[in-house]
Amino acid sequence: MSKILSYEEKETWIHRLSGVTKLIFFILWCVVSMISYDTRILIIMILFSLIIFKMSKTEWKQVGAVFKMVMLFLMLNVIAVFLLSPYQGTEIYGTRTELFPIVGPYVMTAEQLFYELNMILKYFTIIPAAFMFLVTTDPSEFAASLNRIGISYNIGYAVSLALRYIPDVQSDFTKIKHAQEARGIEMSSKASLLNRIKSVSAIIFPLIFSSMNRIDTVSNAMELRGYGKHKKRTWYRARPLKKADFLTIAFSVIFMVVALIITFWDGSRFYNPFV
Amino acid sequence: MSKKFGIKEVVAIGIGTALFVALTEIQIPIGIPNTYLQPRMAVLAFLAAVFGPIVGGVVGLLGHALGDLIFYGSVWWSWVIPEAVVGIGIGVFAAKFAIKEGGFGKKEIITFNVAQVIANVIAWIVVAPVLDIVIYAEPVNKVFLQGAFAALGDVIIIGILGTLLAVGYTKIGAKSSSLSKED
Repeated sequence: MSKILSYEEKETWIHRLSGVTKLIFFILWCVVSMISYDTRILIIMILFSLIIFKMSKTEWKQVGAVFKMVMLFLMLNVIAVFLLSPYQGTEIYGTRTELFPIVGPYVMTAEQLFYELNMILKYFTIIPAAFMFLVTTDPSEFAASLNRIGISYNIGYAVSLALRYIPDVQSDFTKIKHAQEARGIEMSSKASLLNRIKSVSAIIFPLIFSSMNRIDTVSNAMELRGYGKHKKRTWYRARPLKKADFLTIAFSVIFMVVALIITFWDGSRFYNPFV
Repeated sequence: MSKKFGIKEVVAIGIGTALFVALTEIQIPIGIPNTYLQPRMAVLAFLAAVFGPIVGGVVGLLGHALGDLIFYGSVWWSWVIPEAVVGIGIGVFAAKFAIKEGGFGKKEIITFNVAQVIANVIAWIVVAPVLDIVIYAEPVNKVFLQGAFAALGDVIIIGILGTLLAVGYTKIGAKSSSLSKED
């Protein structure tokens, strides 16, 4: 099974923040990083997220495996963009500075390099923030704090159920897979496409049906305990928002506004060094 | 929607999302770079067809965002939203399918597949590329090509695996629902 990111308890101020604070920070952070193509802003964001990443005492072994996978995806995407539109950068920045020809119609331009560099930077602004959000947020506390900020507790509870059951479903999946492999089902790339779909369904069928049973069991159990009888519910892991939470939220909002003002200062989301 | 949003739907969202996320790691390559058949899409289609558009939409949204986050450490938002479109598109016909009651026959298989093809085309050839261009300023021909392959992959896997799941489950359901339930 591939390594996935999960919560680990540690004593830092980031861990002590409420889950909702971190969610708000993460969403606003994503918004800025999605909208802005301003290289200066992106570099500041990367430096800042690396600093708080360090402060959260997250270790390489918690995130390393996933990080390598992200890099692979990033590489593929960057290459695909170049192959399919080698002149996207030229179109965006409006100038054309040829550096060297590659093959046939492909000529490397400074604009394209700069455009793709920005794309890579955008990735790097999100990655540390996403890692941190996942490894420092306690799922139960997160569900409780979602409800605190006015989101229906049904949604909060569904999120907490999802986080609670991911490891269970994964272990079911591994068990079923091993059982089917023991019975001689070929899962590797040696099998033909149709056969692979067949062998995948040999795993998915039992997995879905056992999950459907689980949905029945869990919802009956919840019904017996009176879930949903009242408009409100209390949470064992609930934590009130503290001063640090408000400060962080305020900082994220101010940061977003300032970053977007700087980005759109010259009327476009792209920072253009070529004119 | 005839059914109200109850405990079962809450649990279905929770466990459905967990299933969707857990299945993120199975991807069947079909020989076109960066394009895979994703069995998790069949599961999404199945859950949407059983539990309706709200469950389908939320499982798509939450499942894709969480799956991206946990496995790849970043979220590609312009592909998260179309996932919800697929879930909702298939889910609106849930009452017609009556999968749990054992009513998923030939006519329903056709409706299910027509709905999934339309939902996938809207999601991956309209919504996803447009969001890619608006949000990420990606090159136009790249995003439409990617979208077209994604739609193709999803239509194939939902068409085969999704249909089989629904047919299989409706057969089990038929027996248990021959008893009438008091609410």
